[in-house]
Amino acid sequence: MKLKKIILSVFASLFLFSSTLSADTIRIATEGAYPPWNSKSEDGKLIGFEVELANWLCIYMARDCKIVEQDWDGMIPALRMRKYDAIMAGMSITDERKKVITFSQGYADEVASLAVMKGSSLEGMSTPEGINLSIGGNDVKAALKTITGALAGKTVCTQTGTIHQNFLESGDVGSVDVRTYKTQDEVNLDLTAGRCDAALAAAVAFTDYAEKSGKDVVLVGPTFSGGHFGNGVGVGLRQDAQFGSDSALGKRDAQLLKDFNSAIDKARKAGKISELATKWFGFDASM
Amino acid sequence: MDLELIMTSFPKLLSATVVTLKLLSASLFFGLFLGLFFAILRLNKNRLVSGFAYGYSYLFRGTPLLVQIFIIYFGLGQIEYLRTTFLWVILKEPYWCAIIAFSLNTGAYTSEILRSAFETIKPGIIEAGRSLGLNKIFIFTKIQIPIAIKQSLPAYGNEIILMLKGTSLASTVTLMDITGVAKFIISTTFRPVEVFIIAGSIYLFITFLVHNLIKYLEKKYRYQ
Repeated sequence: MKLKKIILSVFASLFLFSSTLSADTIRIATEGAYPPWNSKSEDGKLIGFEVELANWLCIYMARDCKIVEQDWDGMIPALRMRKYDAIMAGMSITDERKKVITFSQGYADEVASLAVMKGSSLEGMSTPEGINLSIGGNDVKAALKTITGALAGKTVCTQTGTIHQNFLESGDVGSVDVRTYKTQDEVNLDLTAGRCDAALAAAVAFTDYAEKSGKDVVLVGPTFSGGHFGNGVGVGLRQDAQFGSDSALGKRDAQLLKDFNSAIDKARKAGKISELATKWFGFDASM
Repeated sequence: MDLELIMTSFPKLLSATVVTLKLLSASLFFGLFLGLFFAILRLNKNRLVSGFAYGYSYLFRGTPLLVQIFIIYFGLGQIEYLRTTFLWVILKEPYWCAIIAFSLNTGAYTSEILRSAFETIKPGIIEAGRSLGLNKIFIFTKIQIPIAIKQSLPAYGNEIILMLKGTSLASTVTLMDITGVAKFIISTTFRPVEVFIIAGSIYLFITFLVHNLIKYLEKKYRYQ
């Protein structure tokens, strides 16, 4: 009898622990592997620009939040399965993603860049400092042509399921040999190991890595924005239509979008986004 | 269920099956030689020799395959000295890193399977050979090895199936095997259920073939 009681109480306590999250807690997912956007400290705590910003947005919304960790490759499917309510993981707002989820207004701008190891033949590519693929024009065309020539026959590494992978596979820079990795950490490792001739990611992801690891990783070519690179980084949310716009779940999702948008407005006005961006990126990447 | 997605991703996954089968067959090929080699070492009377073989099998059976492939691919890649040697020609390629990791892993299991098979051979059989005046090498290659292979077929069939599933870890080092391509399709369609169901079915089908092949061989080589 005693054993039965113990077993029952263990199950009961497990159940209680798992249900301490009230239905009204907003669960926000981040990757925890894309510094300085989001990463983990040595003791395993989630840190980074988006982790702090998420906490501030919750303060502005006056809501309880829980930040959860999720691998990048399952980020969007798990949101759609209601494992959490929002994504803040350096996720750029793109048309492709908008087909399955929705986004709040953008809170920060991200430019992408190619990186190589110092001494690479790709160094000294002569292109403008930055190109915006949405604007186009002759400068952009000329820059893409230069990059296409430089990358021909080269292996370019990038994280799976990112805007960077989409760009490399779009044909804008010819047919490069694209190698994809689960995390940016692994991209950095193989770039320094020499398995990749170049890598493509957010420019800050490389500068952050170069600074922390002391490796000779340098940016080359222009910074990229627009087009496949999307229009800034926003909070990824479920489309209210996914569970029916008139259903309780759909209404909650629609309300979340409104709440996040107004919280971002408030944070911007208070200068909070600029402050956090400057703290984590070293420059004001807010938008 | 999105039927159209299933129809479009099936051919892509099917062509990725070639990569999976290549990885599997190469690993099993090298693993079988490693396994036989280390099984023979294990049976050696010299403690040092058998201890070395035991250490190998203990190390590779006692650590996760994922950890082994990460150490060989990402770990060895970080050693700067290694990158200046001829070994880097092989280790630079994710394909060879995966095959090295898989071969060493399946080799460890195979050595255990073969060792126990050798140990089940009754001394009387070997003595019978000796009394006929056959030499040691002849007894080993023509009597012990065939019996051991027969004995180990069921366990080895199991190992092939485990290894088949193990090859899915190749996708963690950028290889586009069935799992790698499945993940790639999901990264653009955000539909994991359909894609993983097809990927799983392909693995299941290969398992079905392996299982039946082993069953056939078992039947064929059964004692009359």
